Amino acid sequence: MTDMTATPTPIRTVATPVRRPHPRVRWGRVALHSFLISMCVVWLWPLLWALYTSFRTFGDVQHNGYVSLPSSLTIQNYIDAWTQGDLMRNFIQTLAIVIPGVTITLLVASMIAFAVTKFSWRFNVLVLMLFTAGNLLPPQVIIVPLYHIYLAIPLPEFLSDSGSMYNQIFGILFINIVFQTGFCVFVLSNYMKTLSKELVEAAMVDGAGVFRIWWSVILPLCRPALAALATLEFTFIYNDFFWALILIGKGDRRPITSALNNLQGQFFTNYNLLAAGAIMVAIPTVFVYIVLQKQFIRGLSLGATKG
Amino acid sequence: MVGIPLTLDLVFIWGPTLASIGLSLTQWRGIQGINSNDWVGLGNFEKLWSSYPPFWEAFKHNILWFAVLMFIATPIGMFFAILLDREIRGTRIYQSIFFLPVVLSLALVGIIWEMQYSQDYGFIDAVLRTAHLPTPDWFGDPSINLWAALVAASWSHVGYIMVLYLAGLKSVDPSLREAAAIDGANSVQTYTHVVFWVMMPINVVIVVITTIQSLRAFDLAYIINRGKNGLELLSVLITNTSLSEANLIGFGSAIATVLLVISLVPITAFLLRMNQDDQG
Repeated sequence: MTDMTATPTPIRTVATPVRRPHPRVRWGRVALHSFLISMCVVWLWPLLWALYTSFRTFGDVQHNGYVSLPSSLTIQNYIDAWTQGDLMRNFIQTLAIVIPGVTITLLVASMIAFAVTKFSWRFNVLVLMLFTAGNLLPPQVIIVPLYHIYLAIPLPEFLSDSGSMYNQIFGILFINIVFQTGFCVFVLSNYMKTLSKELVEAAMVDGAGVFRIWWSVILPLCRPALAALATLEFTFIYNDFFWALILIGKGDRRPITSALNNLQGQFFTNYNLLAAGAIMVAIPTVFVYIVLQKQFIRGLSLGATKG
Repeated sequence: MVGIPLTLDLVFIWGPTLASIGLSLTQWRGIQGINSNDWVGLGNFEKLWSSYPPFWEAFKHNILWFAVLMFIATPIGMFFAILLDREIRGTRIYQSIFFLPVVLSLALVGIIWEMQYSQDYGFIDAVLRTAHLPTPDWFGDPSINLWAALVAASWSHVGYIMVLYLAGLKSVDPSLREAAAIDGANSVQTYTHVVFWVMMPINVVIVVITTIQSLRAFDLAYIINRGKNGLELLSVLITNTSLSEANLIGFGSAIATVLLVISLVPITAFLLRMNQDDQG
């Protein structure tokens, strides 16, 4: 505590941690770390258990029970789950939704956010509210009419082999974009409010058009927010279970998260296969999280705090 | 620039929202076009209130879901954030571990917990069996499965709240803590008298997010047992009544309308805060 009273700290310097002068065993710290470590074990346990189960053979657990030391470990479950579950197809469907989904959502949302924050326009607040509130609605509130709209909308053959939006990957891509745009508009408009207006005004004086300013002034300035949102949106769209569950009737056409519903039914007598399948479905988001952790957390924080 | 996306948002989000309200006043079965014979006024709501027990079950479960997330999981997340918002060794690793479940879909969370909870193959009952204790069917028994599901939901919710709260704690002006320390406040007092109040905007966001999460709860209940037999929730009831063989669209829409009305509370709170910030 002494160092804090000694130095007259100017406001908004780096946070001053409370440091004690002499190194000694600090029992408070020991208790804190023991608590945190035991909590971490509790938190990791369900995942570790699933991982362990995924490497055991069916014969082994039949004979020794699930809670036992392994007589052998195998990756065969992964191979079997992959081929029997035909996971390749579901993963490709997921890619076909996630990649264009994230890209288009961010482009569209940044345009809207740009328009509502950088131009004074009478309906700005209303537009912003409509998008934000729309994203906060429980999707189940709109699903019944949406389902019937999907059945009724005709689509050309190159987009749909059923002739409507129902049962189509395109339909899932579409509703994800519409729904997620709300969240991104909210976050990006908060972010853009912190950018100075002068840049846009200067570009306008130079005679740049609105699209030009959006593309070559605003987007580069928003790069940190866009990177954070891209990471977050990847996870949101990848993890979507609901839209494809309802708007696609057949399991083999669903993206991977919704296909879990079928996988569970298919492997329900063999938990080793189910565990291997579950781990494979978890890998993409866990991988993205580990590699881009900072972006991920920033994205969430941007949604909750300002700037 | 805004016109097309706005139109799509209106047509595919707000249109169906209004349509749900409209359909709740009908007994449309979705087979033929809708006509005036389908009009039943508030009949669906009367039926919901008086002669459809699953509705009140679901209603109760949603409240319980909210209560557990709000009064157990959320405080744990805040507590973790407070512990980790200090210079302690390994704080990043702790944070990463607590946050890990948040990146998994709730459907996956359900499957992962099934490996703990299953009566025949799960970890918990296997341990209980060796100790000669009773082995409940955690996800199957309607008197306990909601609680079992809530443990899984909390597992994911705690990390989410922790990250949001950490972001808030980091934005608290350090000079406030220093001032409190100079006044002789210990760290608990600093938190309860100063930091908590300075963080009011974040506290509001956290309450709003927790409320919305508990109204949206669907995936976990659905993957466990299709949201039946003890896991009825308003959200699952909507799809189970109106997008199943029963095809009770009007009736399901009435449930959707109830869910919408409840959701408007946290949504309005969020929008109000948004506007407040703009003016302040």
